[in-house]
Amino acid sequence: MILRPRTPEEVQEGVRSHSRVWLRGSGSKPALSPAPPDAVILDLSGLAGMLEYDPAEFTFSALAGTPVADVEALLAGHRQYLPFDAPFARGGATIGGAVAAGLAGPGRYRYGGVRDFVIGVQLVDGEGALIRGGGRVVKNAAGFDLPKLMVGSLGLLSALVALSFKVFPRPEAYATLRVDLPDLPAALAALVRLATSRFDLEALDLEPAGRLWVRLGGTAVPLRQRVEGVRAFVGGQAEVLEGPEEQRLWEDAREFTWVPTAVPLVKVPLTPKRIPGFDAALASVGAERRYSVGGNVAWVAWAEGLRLADLDHVLSAQGLSGLVVRGPLGRSALGTIAGAAFARRVKVALDPAGRFPPLPWDTTAPSASREAS
Amino acid sequence: MRQATTPGWVRSLARVYPRDRLLTRPAELAPYESDALTAFRARPAAVVIPLTQEEVVETVRLCHREEVPFVARGSGTSLSGGSLPVEGGLVIALNRLNRILRLDPEERLAVVEPGVINLEVSHAAAPYGLYFAPDPSSQPVCTIGGNVAFNSGGAHCLKYGMTANHVLGLKVVLADGEVVRIGGESLEMVGPDLVGIFVGSEGLFGIALEITLRLLPRPEVYRTLLAAYQSLEVAGDAVAQVVAAGVLPGAIEIMDRLAIQAAEAAVAAGYPKEAAAILIVELEGEALEVEASFDRLRAVIEASGAYEIRVATDEADRARIWKGRKETFSAIGRLSTDYITGDGVVPRTRLGPALAEIERLSAQYGLRVANVFHAGDGNLHPLVLYDGRRPGELQRAEQLAGEVLRMCIRLGGSITGEHGVGMEKREYLTEMFGPDDIAVMRRLRRTMDPREIANRGKMFPA
Repeated sequence: MILRPRTPEEVQEGVRSHSRVWLRGSGSKPALSPAPPDAVILDLSGLAGMLEYDPAEFTFSALAGTPVADVEALLAGHRQYLPFDAPFARGGATIGGAVAAGLAGPGRYRYGGVRDFVIGVQLVDGEGALIRGGGRVVKNAAGFDLPKLMVGSLGLLSALVALSFKVFPRPEAYATLRVDLPDLPAALAALVRLATSRFDLEALDLEPAGRLWVRLGGTAVPLRQRVEGVRAFVGGQAEVLEGPEEQRLWEDAREFTWVPTAVPLVKVPLTPKRIPGFDAALASVGAERRYSVGGNVAWVAWAEGLRLADLDHVLSAQGLSGLVVRGPLGRSALGTIAGAAFARRVKVALDPAGRFPPLPWDTTAPSASREAS
Repeated sequence: MRQATTPGWVRSLARVYPRDRLLTRPAELAPYESDALTAFRARPAAVVIPLTQEEVVETVRLCHREEVPFVARGSGTSLSGGSLPVEGGLVIALNRLNRILRLDPEERLAVVEPGVINLEVSHAAAPYGLYFAPDPSSQPVCTIGGNVAFNSGGAHCLKYGMTANHVLGLKVVLADGEVVRIGGESLEMVGPDLVGIFVGSEGLFGIALEITLRLLPRPEVYRTLLAAYQSLEVAGDAVAQVVAAGVLPGAIEIMDRLAIQAAEAAVAAGYPKEAAAILIVELEGEALEVEASFDRLRAVIEASGAYEIRVATDEADRARIWKGRKETFSAIGRLSTDYITGDGVVPRTRLGPALAEIERLSAQYGLRVANVFHAGDGNLHPLVLYDGRRPGELQRAEQLAGEVLRMCIRLGGSITGEHGVGMEKREYLTEMFGPDDIAVMRRLRRTMDPREIANRGKMFPA
């Protein structure tokens, strides 16, 4: 059964009247809303619309089902933007889904991810109560930071109803350097040098084996000179891209056009030092991959012939975690996920009756006794 | 002085701690009775000074077993009474749990224990061209553990956020003794942002034992501008104009006449003494970009009604400007022995009206109010001056400060931008949030701390 609430009250009603509820937005990341066939699904995509936007304030509030693309178009009219490049905007991603999935595209590199821009939340908890956390101002230390907790919560803790974000002024112009280096070690070394340098980069991606994508943005006049500064610093074979071609390049990266929709797409958080070991494992099975956010996230296209269980093993062996964003339903979390004991407590607080799906990585039975004496 | 018999749990602690790290005599306890919110005092039964994480864990487990309320404390710089002891409870003083366990410049991270001083992280990172961004005014003394508990801010939150935006991972001991690692070393994660909810939980979940911090490369240049205004409200409106112009400064600060006078008397920062308000705006980043943005910023400021504009000529000049700003809180002590440090937030476009309202309240209550605050974030810090020896004046000052907080709520803001709720604002939390909101927060608290022993009495109304 699919319910399509149009108001926060209808979301409350939907949660209260069913013992098990699955949530979904526009379905742009289908592996993250793997409802079983007989499940009650709350489809929040109809809960859409801007609630408040004062361009001079550099913040906005909108209902959770509002498409990211609509928000971005509105912001762009005032030369503002959400710098973290929520993925699949072209594919219909909603702001609620962006928060629940906790995904960020290449632009996360400059100023931070979803967690750094979400400032307020309205949610319906597992008891059906409408809860507010955070607020509408950019700085706020009152009460527990519920807006951050919702980032990556995957519909397991609450139904998101409305969200507030801060936004930033959009750079006037962009330019990108495509740097070709002989191999992965050389590209990684250059990535680390850039990441610890004084260059303010908008994005820093690595495409194995040796290609770096370095994006700069800012005031139009000095941009070309800044690009030349980076080019001289990084060395290697470097080409400058500008204009619509440059823009399309990053839009494609954010939409994952390099991954066929039938191929499972997996997010793997890591750090630059973990890349060589992980990359070797991926290369050995021929999986396509791209490292984004200055080497802080790997995007893996786990090709059709491969089993996700094998990636799960690789991740577990290397102490890494993975999130299946697109792919077969029923398996979203892979590898070793930190903090299960903490997450379990959070789950009990927000959803005591367990109306939303259980934490997929929490293998401990609810009745298992805790270590506490 | 109260002379109770030694509780059994203190005797249990004596099996864990040597005499010099288990304080129970009144003279030893006195320094721990209060923090930077001196209006509140409470006498703990004991203070322990652990040297290892294991000692902290053992202590917390003992407290859970015996149901002893405890307060974790760093340098005691909380302005909201966040580290005020529980009367007859335990203080866990973490200042000596202060090792920088790891500093990895290539991964741009540092792993520290909670007693490490904020500024020491930046000092340790400096040889690699890195720094730790959050810069509360107390950064030469305040600890990372306290920064984490209260999600501390500072003057440079505008561009890079508060403490929560700079913590990647945590090892914590929850109040019932369970040790958990949350987050990690990557900027990204899988699953709910558990670090995000722990940071700013005001010590109500447990104690951070190890904190993984994100480090940033030091900007190539800073450009600092000081503008003088003949009216506070006009200075407030200038902030909205700077923000609207699309430049993104690292910091935008305002000081009013009283604050300027205090700072001048204390550190001779060279501020224009006759100004009704000064605005400090700082750009940071790559030299070429900063120069281009600076021209635009200057044009906005010139059009905003400033009657004098100064630009820091070198690093020493810049340091002088910031020294005056950061020492204003203590400098106010020269004008008045007693004052309340306010902390509230309004939408940035409402700064002008908010400041006018504070001026009106000051006149109405007959109490001087100095304003020195993070204007770019809309984060007000009205300092309400009073004389505690005059009967009723503290109460009037508290009422005035309370009216400012209600104004913040009315304008769509917050009762605290960076000092936290602590003891001070418990009653206002229920004005900002509804009963259901508070109920969820309380449930969160109890799942982490079923006996409600960790920093008992803070954040929630009594």
